[in-house]
Amino acid sequence: MSHFIDRLKYFRSTKEAFSNGHGIATNEDRQWEDGYRQRWQHDKVVRSTHGANCTGSCSWKIYVKGGIVTWETQQTDYPRTRPDLPNHEPRGCSRGASYSWYLYSGNRVKYPLIRSRLVRHWREARKTLAPVAAWKSIVENPEKRNDYIQVRGHGGFVRATWDEVTEIIGAANAYTAKTYGPDRVIGFSPIPAMSMVSYAAGSRYLSLLGGVCMSFYDWYCDLPPSSPQTWGEQTDVPESADWYNAGFIILWGSNVPQTRTPDAHFYTEARYRGAKSAVICPDYSEAAKFGDIWLSVKQGTDAALAMAMGHVILTEYHVKREVPYFRDYVRQYTDMPLLVRLVSQNGKLVPDRLLRASDFDASLGETNNAEWKTVGLDEVSGKIVVPNGSIGFRWGEQGKWNIEEKESGGNPTKLRLSLADVKDEFAEVAFPYFGNIAHEHFTHTNHASVLERRVPVKRLKLADGEAIVATVHDLFLANYGVDRGFGGGNVAASFDDDTPYTPAWAEKITGVTRDKIVQVAREFATNAEKTKGRSMVIIGAAMNHWYHADMNYRGVINMLVMCGCVGQSGGGWSHYVGQEKLRPQAGWAPLAFGLDWSRPSRQQNSTSFFYLHSNQWRYETLDVKEILSPTAPPGPWDGTIIDYNMRSIRMGWLPAYPTLTQNSLEIAGKAAAAGMEAPAYVAKSLKSGDLEFAWEDPDAPRNYPRNLFVWRSNLLGSSGKGHEYFLKHLLGTSHGVLGKDLGEEGRAKPTEVRWHDEAPRGKLDLLVTLDFRMSTTCVYSDIVLPTATWYEKNDLNTSDMHPFIHPLTNAVDPVWEAKSDWEIYKAIAKAFSRVAPEVLGVEKDVVLTPIMHDAPAELAQAFEPKDWKTGACEPIPGKTMPAVTVVERDYPNLYKRFTALGPLMEKVGNGIKGIAWKTEHEVDALKHLNGVVTEEGPTKGMARIDTDIDAAEMLLMLAPETNGEVAVKAWAALSKTTGRDHVHLAAVKEDEKIRFRDVVAQPRKIISAPTWSGLESEKVCYNAGYTNVHELIPWRTLSGRQQLYQDHLWMRAFGEGFCVYRPPIDLKAIKGVQGLKPNGEKEIVLNFITPHQKWGIHSTYTDNLLMLTLSRGGPIVWLSETDARKVGIVDNDWVEAYNANGALVARAVVSQRMKDGTLFMYHAQEKIVNVPGSEMTGQRGGIHNSVTRAVLKPTHMIGGYAQLAYGFNYYGTIGTNRDEFVVIRKLRKVDWLERPFKGKQEPAARHNKPEAAE
Amino acid sequence: MQDTLFHILFVWYPYVCISAFVFGSLIRYDREQYTWKASSSQLLRKRQLFWGSNLFHFGIIFLFFGHAVGLLTPKAVYSLFITPEQKQLIAIVAGGIAGTVCFVGLTLLLHRRLTDARIRQTSTYMDLSILIILWVQLVLGLITVPFSLGHTDGSVMIQLSHWAQGIVTVQPVDARTLQGLDWPYLVHLVLGMTIFLLFPFSRLVHIWSAPVKFVTRRGYQVVRTRRPLGGHASGSAYKPASE
Repeated sequence: MSHFIDRLKYFRSTKEAFSNGHGIATNEDRQWEDGYRQRWQHDKVVRSTHGANCTGSCSWKIYVKGGIVTWETQQTDYPRTRPDLPNHEPRGCSRGASYSWYLYSGNRVKYPLIRSRLVRHWREARKTLAPVAAWKSIVENPEKRNDYIQVRGHGGFVRATWDEVTEIIGAANAYTAKTYGPDRVIGFSPIPAMSMVSYAAGSRYLSLLGGVCMSFYDWYCDLPPSSPQTWGEQTDVPESADWYNAGFIILWGSNVPQTRTPDAHFYTEARYRGAKSAVICPDYSEAAKFGDIWLSVKQGTDAALAMAMGHVILTEYHVKREVPYFRDYVRQYTDMPLLVRLVSQNGKLVPDRLLRASDFDASLGETNNAEWKTVGLDEVSGKIVVPNGSIGFRWGEQGKWNIEEKESGGNPTKLRLSLADVKDEFAEVAFPYFGNIAHEHFTHTNHASVLERRVPVKRLKLADGEAIVATVHDLFLANYGVDRGFGGGNVAASFDDDTPYTPAWAEKITGVTRDKIVQVAREFATNAEKTKGRSMVIIGAAMNHWYHADMNYRGVINMLVMCGCVGQSGGGWSHYVGQEKLRPQAGWAPLAFGLDWSRPSRQQNSTSFFYLHSNQWRYETLDVKEILSPTAPPGPWDGTIIDYNMRSIRMGWLPAYPTLTQNSLEIAGKAAAAGMEAPAYVAKSLKSGDLEFAWEDPDAPRNYPRNLFVWRSNLLGSSGKGHEYFLKHLLGTSHGVLGKDLGEEGRAKPTEVRWHDEAPRGKLDLLVTLDFRMSTTCVYSDIVLPTATWYEKNDLNTSDMHPFIHPLTNAVDPVWEAKSDWEIYKAIAKAFSRVAPEVLGVEKDVVLTPIMHDAPAELAQAFEPKDWKTGACEPIPGKTMPAVTVVERDYPNLYKRFTALGPLMEKVGNGIKGIAWKTEHEVDALKHLNGVVTEEGPTKGMARIDTDIDAAEMLLMLAPETNGEVAVKAWAALSKTTGRDHVHLAAVKEDEKIRFRDVVAQPRKIISAPTWSGLESEKVCYNAGYTNVHELIPWRTLSGRQQLYQDHLWMRAFGEGFCVYRPPIDLKAIKGVQGLKPNGEKEIVLNFITPHQKWGIHSTYTDNLLMLTLSRGGPIVWLSETDARKVGIVDNDWVEAYNANGALVARAVVSQRMKDGTLFMYHAQEKIVNVPGSEMTGQRGGIHNSVTRAVLKPTHMIGGYAQLAYGFNYYGTIGTNRDEFVVIRKLRKVDWLERPFKGKQEPAARHNKPEAAE
Repeated sequence: MQDTLFHILFVWYPYVCISAFVFGSLIRYDREQYTWKASSSQLLRKRQLFWGSNLFHFGIIFLFFGHAVGLLTPKAVYSLFITPEQKQLIAIVAGGIAGTVCFVGLTLLLHRRLTDARIRQTSTYMDLSILIILWVQLVLGLITVPFSLGHTDGSVMIQLSHWAQGIVTVQPVDARTLQGLDWPYLVHLVLGMTIFLLFPFSRLVHIWSAPVKFVTRRGYQVVRTRRPLGGHASGSAYKPASE
């Protein structure tokens, strides 16, 4: 009762001795023990997870005590795996366990915040003006606009109310839509899979508005374009449990224990089971110690290593000794037996495109899509046959889109792999070689730029005359320099020959000794032979971040395909980067893109967009000539990189938003006035020049993106490659760009994009960020909205690493004034609907979209692409130019549409990846589950989507992965196209319906659906390509097979028809700036590498105090002992890294782990914690992206061509950044810049009270 | 004016301090058990702590008991053994030595707390204040030594102990009698009382819990049993569950 009174009983207390007085028993008060009991007592445990783009996607127990989230521990109630397979749990890592810190941390955003200068203008204007007019009065007044945009990033936030900020945002959006067009309202949010409903909240608002959703997967450079190129699939990978089934595992640039912590146990368990493992990475990573062998490859030369291993495998397992399993696999599942036309060019034969049925007389009897049907030679009859499964069979007919070994007539066929036995002659075929390009920091060889190799060919009579043809197989082997006894040059008799691509050749380039290359290649292939494909490569995004990422990846993919590993349990390509796998995607898309109300939505590939609108193209140093192939066919290979993007847009390949200089809301009216349909009007006007593409003049104010929403993302602190260019041009604030633009340098300027001598500073009128923590992006925003943390909202979460769907649930309500993303966008929608009628009503919006993959239009441009602008063809919407659709926008009722399930789901149905089905039954079920709208208005009687749980129920109901009935419908629909029965894959789960409360109770395994190429069953783990190999569903490529030869004109032009080794490109970012501002310290040039870190929550959130405490409390870079010694850097020194793009400051970690010549800076260490100023720029430190710049690759802009057609986050330019070099030196003076900001825009008279906060 | 000030300082103020000291300690002991501690910084840095802490504690404990005995022993008692002159001499010599030892220790501690960044960062305002006050008080105490040597008859000592005994017996002497004292005595008195005032709000509360019992405790293993003790013949504290 009272501690003191207890003490008064001291002399009355009883004691008993025991053990001869060595112990005493007392009856003193034990109340103090309650402290220890209460330490772990709690009121409730709630299931949630961490939505950080972490593939872990772990289920966690969130403990709540007295209304406060206190801590979290790992959930251990995952459904069990089948016998003989280790269980998934426990899943989690120290980073996830530190998350609850954020809820009550000082860095929490607690109230809606707004830039004080902006709100002052707003309040003044609102005294007399209506909302939209008030916004207009601010942004159309250059003085007022500059007043607030030029101080972005320099503090100055004040609190505002929700009502006020949502009104400002609504007014800004309405003004922008009315004045410039809704496609000037942009939204960036990544990784729907990490919190699907939160993503959908913003994208639904934008889509109903006509705004633009920005891609992330390509921008993050996590998208391997090699995957859609080879498989027609964004990315599909085995779940981590499947590692356990592997016999040989290569970890190639993937640091599993560090970045895949919750899954690493499967790797360990596979090793216990007897799997052998090789680890390939430049540094001695945490993964290296798991390996039986570690290959320390020179960074950026992985393709050379893969080519050499491929050389060994082809030589020993396909030529000297033919492994039947490998041979049969490549015959049935790859394009190897297909015929390629060879054409003469500059006196040399080069591989041209794959032959099609239409090349032959009468199209070989094919009446449907003959131009899109590839051909081969039947081994038995010796006749040319059209095998089933090519993409021509996918559309316009049914029943033959499968990869049975049959020809189109229905007869069995066995395609001939090599023409060696039936050749007419041998021909010398030219292959490009890039390994001879000199680079200051990489080894090159002295082989010729064009290597001729002998290939068996046949002469065939085609409709247009005789042609020389070869099989992909023969060309493929020749490309590897494999000696098949045909004679001729540039083939290797032994692995010790210095001929591309032998192990001896690779030794020079990669630094890995030839014996190790041969050993790993043999072990990899031998295991695959004995186990029928159970060899696996786990690959991280590291290799994908190089400019020539496709070569690194295709080199590895080739190895897997040669050994029959893709689509086999325990084998295949395991590319893990983030939560790209949105399992219930088909159910989610209608919610996210408002497809229940209007189709299509505007979806932009971010890399091209940011390259354009942060004006990085104005600083481009890469000349297209440097990457063009010496065997390039004739074509328009002039111009700068942005010109290629512009051509791509014109031909309907890549999207472009803002699309037109003219307002998209005004075009339908003009078309009607001209008496034309909108598509025809747009085509005609583009040709005549009455309509112009906004991208042709991105620096004209009417073409700026005007409003930008960022949510669930740290665009400016993490993913924004070319960070300083963002600050300079897109935001218009202080920046650290050190280099000069093309105009100042006097270099060649773009021809398709208009050059302004003065680049714009500050394109955005309004930057709105939703976050729960004051991230770097928030710091630069105009309005910051406090959102719910992962423990304060209801949402759904899936990953590619495990087959479960599980929730985020609100353990506590959002604290302070925070709201969930769903509620925030609802509030914005409501405010917008209230203010919009001032200028907008029901409008007709003309939407231009690129030619999409997985739709009939993907069969757009079968042969050489033609550009209508040059007069080579007519502009035909959806065929030679973007498709044109008129969409109705009901602006005053946007909020009502947002919160109700629209009519198109019943009228049109749903579908994914080219498979369509009806959804009336599901819509009806949702009306009963969620209730219907009872309020009067256009949505009365429709199913409600009011709360975040309603939204979750909608997507669960509509997705085949979570509704067995839909899965059966989807498989049945696919069965019609393939002519094979697939319904059995889901039939046993037809009655299963996963509801939100089910996943709250326990993570649920998803149902097998044709959305994905793997199965969830009691027999196999999820493995990519499994249904292709075992159900004979074609890959979604030109040939329907794994496409090892890329025959598109642009692919051949840039030398990537076949996989080759290409050294890193030279970005020339050092020369102009080194020595500009010497500080007396020695300098060294190092390759700048940005891997994923150990002390941040996945790739983000480095401001967590617990993680900072475990690390060094602020930004760090890693370098080797040797490099450090050269310039006198010792561990923990403050150092500066800089190049033309900008500068950053960090402490040095000097470690023997590092490979000489490289500098690591773990990703996303923000400039908000412990970052001093840079001596080079005078700005605060910088982030890892302060020294990078995005560089686009023309081959990623291809479209309208089967698998090379646009898909959101599916195909497009990627934000590579590893070819970058930096100068590093010790910092002379650590300047914390802790003095008031005296921006040049600051008039002295305005230092009054509220301003002082700035 | 001066009379009133002296009355407040030496008649009222002592009771304010005693009240705060007693009731403050009681309340904190009952309500804030987790703050009832010495807040040792030994885990953060051992440097200077061995000499600093030991010298300080040795000196301050000696001084505490010296003051207690010296001020509160009635003249009738000690005069049976020694004269006031002798008592004062003992006080000056012993107190001077202990004071010097304490001074060295305390200065080390203060230097450590102010200059060691880690210790400084983890110090509260009260930690610093109390250390500085103790140091000032100690210096004041040492300054009284030469003054005391100026009146070796023990008259001032007797005057001070009358005052102290008056306070504890709730028969305060007339504060005007203290007006003739030299300034160091007066400041030392006021600051001394202030330490009692601050006591319950500082880390000094650990004095209440000085581990005196340590010396005489029995048994290496202490079992705080819920079983009623006494009346059981068994020599073991443990009972099978069936009992």
